Amino acid sequence: MDTTKPYPLINPLECKSCGRCVDACPKKVLEIGTELNARGYLPVVYKGEGCIGCASCFYTCPEPHALEVHIPKKG
Amino acid sequence: MEEKIIRTQGIYSEFPRKGPSAAPAATHYCPGCGHGIIHKLIAEALADFGIQDKTVMISPVGCAVFAYYYFDAGNIQVAHGRAPAVATGVSRARDCVVISYQGDGDLASIGLNETLQAANRGEKIAVFFVNNTVYGMTGGQMAPTTLIGEKTITCPDGRDPLTQGYPTHMCELISTLKAPVFVERVAVSDIKNIRNARRAIRKAIEIQAEGKGYTFVEILSPCPTNLGKNAVANNEWINTEMVKEFPLGNYRDRTAEAEHVERTTSDFSTESLEKLFELDSIAAPIEHKDPNFKESQVKIAGFGGQGVLSLGTMLTQAAQAVGKQVSWYPSYGPEQRGGTSNCSVIISNDRIGSPVVYHPDLLVAMNRPSLEKFQNDVKPGGIIMYDAIIGDVELPKGVKGVAVPAQDLAIQAGNPRGANTIMLGVMLGLGLTGLPEEAFQTALAANFAKKPKLIPMNLEVLAFAQKWVKENVK
Repeated sequence: MDTTKPYPLINPLECKSCGRCVDACPKKVLEIGTELNARGYLPVVYKGEGCIGCASCFYTCPEPHALEVHIPKKG
Repeated sequence: MEEKIIRTQGIYSEFPRKGPSAAPAATHYCPGCGHGIIHKLIAEALADFGIQDKTVMISPVGCAVFAYYYFDAGNIQVAHGRAPAVATGVSRARDCVVISYQGDGDLASIGLNETLQAANRGEKIAVFFVNNTVYGMTGGQMAPTTLIGEKTITCPDGRDPLTQGYPTHMCELISTLKAPVFVERVAVSDIKNIRNARRAIRKAIEIQAEGKGYTFVEILSPCPTNLGKNAVANNEWINTEMVKEFPLGNYRDRTAEAEHVERTTSDFSTESLEKLFELDSIAAPIEHKDPNFKESQVKIAGFGGQGVLSLGTMLTQAAQAVGKQVSWYPSYGPEQRGGTSNCSVIISNDRIGSPVVYHPDLLVAMNRPSLEKFQNDVKPGGIIMYDAIIGDVELPKGVKGVAVPAQDLAIQAGNPRGANTIMLGVMLGLGLTGLPEEAFQTALAANFAKKPKLIPMNLEVLAFAQKWVKENVK
């Protein structure tokens, strides 16, 4: 993953796989993962590129700590 | 590389109040629930404005009952529908930001009355009303906001307005009231709506921080579990069906002209209460030693307007004047105007447990219905004073009757409205309550303190009644 560009950071233990972020992402760079977490959900994963840092996923996510968006500062 | 991180603020980093959990930072909410989204928006605003430490969050009954697991702010969890009452108390007692977070069952059903009353008083409360059209916590029953035709477990064929009524429109109801400052309906069904909800929530909290008064933000929110839809389908349903019934938009915004609400503070000091209830002007008790004094239980009854209740208070004041323990207990009711009314007075050396008189030592009956209603309750050996105008009576055995022409005597004494004072004078003349003459005179003076010219007039009536007793009662 290229961390010089914006990217979502997903906490796979807290994600409940509701799919809201997948639907809300304008660039469609999120998808439901294929690996069950310890609680039996399939957490969302970032496809690895294409994030523009709009934070739509963050604001639509119902979990306080399942997802955050990192945006590198320029300069 | 330096990064800007967009993450949750104002919410605890872990939720130990939830108890041990495989995911210590996960909420108790179902996947796709709207509560978490709204929690994040509110908490972010509190953190951004730096007011977490002066905010009290009122947690409702409903799925958000555990809001105190999450918000890093003050919290009180309250009974079903009672958030506006508790929020009112908090906001009036403390200089702080008060948030009432409630669902549709809590706010629009059991709590509807309190919601409207608090709004109408313009309480300094930010109400966040989460409307998902269903009782979530209890398993999906019909709510006041359930849409027409929407199926729930208690309207399995869909809500029928002919039997279950129509959906309740809270923003519209609230905006009929004058006091609210800001009323808006938003949704968390897509990112555009969420950003708009964020703006409205921040504005409501800002109005609270400025102490400008009542704000009401209704948030259309998904409940995927009880609506039987996945999160994305639930969002689509909000955007297509729910907004038809509950149009999004602003219903009131007088933020610009609203000013900081300053309420006068109540003075509960002993001095001010004594002044208010005129206790500061009570004279020292009259010296009165009577070794034979016995407790008296008195029932006074008559038509409304005959001065029954004030006869009771005068007797009470007479007892008070000699430092007795005394209770006065009026019986109000539909009888108050035109019908019969009564009061009970107990005069004692000892503290009085209950002010209710079941078996009076003395019954004063100003009319026949009162006499008939209470005469059989009088203790054996007790006395019944009744207005002679009643005519022939058949009193129970073992009680003594005294027919007092109270209304006639009052007219003769020059005070046609003084029949009750006549009865008081007869009581004194007969020595029924064991209180001295001076106590009765003090009582009259106290009773008519606001109309001083009536005092001498009533003292004359009192003396007239005593004279009548001496000349007529054996």
